[in-house]
Amino acid sequence: MTAVEDDRKTTPRFDRAEARRVARNTRRHESEAQKRLSSPLATVLAFAIGILWTIPTLGLLITSFRPGAQSATSGWWTVFTNPDFTLGNYQEALTSGGTALTLGESFLNSLAITIPTTVFALAIAALAAYAFAWMDFKGRGILFVAIFALQIVPIQMALVPLLTFFSRGLEINGVGIFPGLALRDVDHSFATVWIAHTIFAMPLAIFLLHNFIAEIPSEVIEAARVDGAGHGQMFFRIILPLATPAIASFAIFEFIWVWNDLLVATIFAPTSSLPMTQTLNSLTGSWGDKWYLLSAGAFLVLVVPLIVFFALQRFFVRGLMAGATKG
Amino acid sequence: MSQTTAQKAEKASETPPPPRASGKKPSQTLTRAVVTVGFILIAALVIFMVTRPPSPDALPVSLGFSFNSFFVWIGGLGPLVQIPVVLVIFGVVVAALLILIEFAPRAGTGYFWLRLVACFLIPFLAFMLLRPYQNAAVYIIAIALISGFLLFWADLRAREGAGYLFQMLLFLSPAIIMVLVGLVYPAILTIIQSFFDKTGKEFVGWENYVWAFTNPQGFWSVINTLIWAIFVPIFATVVGLAYAAFIERARGQRVLKILVFMPFAFAGVSMSIIWKFVYDYRQGEQIGLLNAIIVAFGGEPIRWLDTWPLVNTFCLLFVFVWAQTGFAMVVLAAAMKGVPIEQLEAAQLDGTTAWQRFWNVTVPGIRSSLIVVLTTVTIASLKVYDIVAVMTGGRSNSTVLGFEMVNQQQRYQSYGHSAALAVLIFVFVTPLLVYNIIQLRKQREVR
Repeated sequence: MTAVEDDRKTTPRFDRAEARRVARNTRRHESEAQKRLSSPLATVLAFAIGILWTIPTLGLLITSFRPGAQSATSGWWTVFTNPDFTLGNYQEALTSGGTALTLGESFLNSLAITIPTTVFALAIAALAAYAFAWMDFKGRGILFVAIFALQIVPIQMALVPLLTFFSRGLEINGVGIFPGLALRDVDHSFATVWIAHTIFAMPLAIFLLHNFIAEIPSEVIEAARVDGAGHGQMFFRIILPLATPAIASFAIFEFIWVWNDLLVATIFAPTSSLPMTQTLNSLTGSWGDKWYLLSAGAFLVLVVPLIVFFALQRFFVRGLMAGATKG
Repeated sequence: MSQTTAQKAEKASETPPPPRASGKKPSQTLTRAVVTVGFILIAALVIFMVTRPPSPDALPVSLGFSFNSFFVWIGGLGPLVQIPVVLVIFGVVVAALLILIEFAPRAGTGYFWLRLVACFLIPFLAFMLLRPYQNAAVYIIAIALISGFLLFWADLRAREGAGYLFQMLLFLSPAIIMVLVGLVYPAILTIIQSFFDKTGKEFVGWENYVWAFTNPQGFWSVINTLIWAIFVPIFATVVGLAYAAFIERARGQRVLKILVFMPFAFAGVSMSIIWKFVYDYRQGEQIGLLNAIIVAFGGEPIRWLDTWPLVNTFCLLFVFVWAQTGFAMVVLAAAMKGVPIEQLEAAQLDGTTAWQRFWNVTVPGIRSSLIVVLTTVTIASLKVYDIVAVMTGGRSNSTVLGFEMVNQQQRYQSYGHSAALAVLIFVFVTPLLVYNIIQLRKQREVR
């Protein structure tokens, strides 16, 4: 507290009007420079690539709204001369199940997998990140690098042993240390998927959150410590609120990653708990050439991540940048 | 207010600032001695327990609840009900942890008892929740008690302030236990398993690795993975860089950015279906875009995903390029914003062309970001699974390591081969990540 107050006294008074003027001028100069550097050729090329990149998605999106009989016999581009749309594909895709689950049912599973996982991973990683950033102990640096370096372990390497660990437990020389969870046959059990996803998110999550939490000015921490806050309070009252932007960015990242995951779900989820991605994957077999169903299914899987992506794009990009430029 | 602040400041100045590890010398040696003896005892107990012959009729012992019974109970609820339930329970656990962290280090008899109880109860509960079997229970309880006592002792001995062992352990242990159980232990086990046969019983030496390089499935998965790892990052970075450079000087930046960035948020399954539709081949009228274009120009339609060699691999690989370009573009566009505009203007005054400016000013200015993008995309393409799984299922030699590994395990139950392929991914990824870390270190030193 005292440190902050002292700080405030020594810093010169901040002139708002002056700052605004400087900012305005900077913007003007920048946009002038931008205009001088811009060229019509660049615009044309950018548009060309942009359209090229969008056409495949657009094609499937249009197909998902065309009646099945038409999309099986004519290309989606004919829709511009012969428009005919229906919403029936989506209804059929949601309800026509394959062997076990329909896409509609597994939509709920996807939610039940993704939301808790995101919270678990962030909370556990934030706790560890706080310890790495603000607690002094021997071997802190080495331990932190070790956790970060665990990213070299591809999840493919961890899948099978972790699966056996979950199903059969751990036995050393015939002595049961951990008996296993035996959840393969429990209906709607997401425990193994939650745990697996949380574990696989750990190294990156700890690293990113640590980078952010370590940058919180030490004056704030010291002030709280002087005021008598312990580590628990400090974490809850100071670190969490200040780190919210970083946590939000990583949360979105993790959410989309888990929602889109196919591999972890394929290995760990019991048949009644499969998420949309895995259900759609197995339905591609039985739907075969029915593009009107496949296309609708593909977009049903995309809806949630796309909403998250568009609503929280700023955070998403920020999380990505933190991940890419720092790790 | 000012008085209390002053008092607090005084108090703060009384307690020495961290590091506070250096206490009175005799007490420290005592702490070390006790901790060492405790650890030796634990180790002895573990060895003793593990070397005991298993008793055949050991009954499971539990407190009446365990992780298992909890998960079985929660599995009985509907998927949507499970979300709030599990979140509330998790919140309670985290809150308990934070309360312990907060109150454990305080001085006073009440806190002393809290500490004492917690130190014994937490390890004990942890072990009981894992529901050990009868014959191990005795040893495990003994280990729990000793480790609880050790924690307590070391904590009491630790000097007041930052370096609290107990708090540190509470903060770190959830993450560290998860990482040990879920990454370190499986990775070691996979490496060991890669030297054993299908069933995991018989040692076969390097045979699985020989298989990976000689059997067609293994061989093509290695070759294709290398093709992916070389071409995906190059294509994605070049297109992403070009696009970032173009949109910097184009109108409608935001929309253009979103168009290319969007596929990055798509699920692999959806991506695969989108592109399978583009590559679609059939008799009669073509509804797949690519074949329709070929036919429109008077060519013969091609079975893209079944044409081997190289064609199908590149068809699959391009889907990943399509997704990763957005990532490269966003990162590089942000890096370009960091290139000082004065430098560009100065170069322009010197009469350079746009291309020269780009190549000699912008690209060196974003060098570190370029390296990050290249390595990140390479690592991602080494691990790719879903595109191959959905689009071809590995047929016509289009398989890659990440897919073949799962295929060997799930379809053929061939754990040795699967493990060897996973280890190969690990071997390919490691140098890249190490390089990445070294680069980051350098960057930070510069900063």
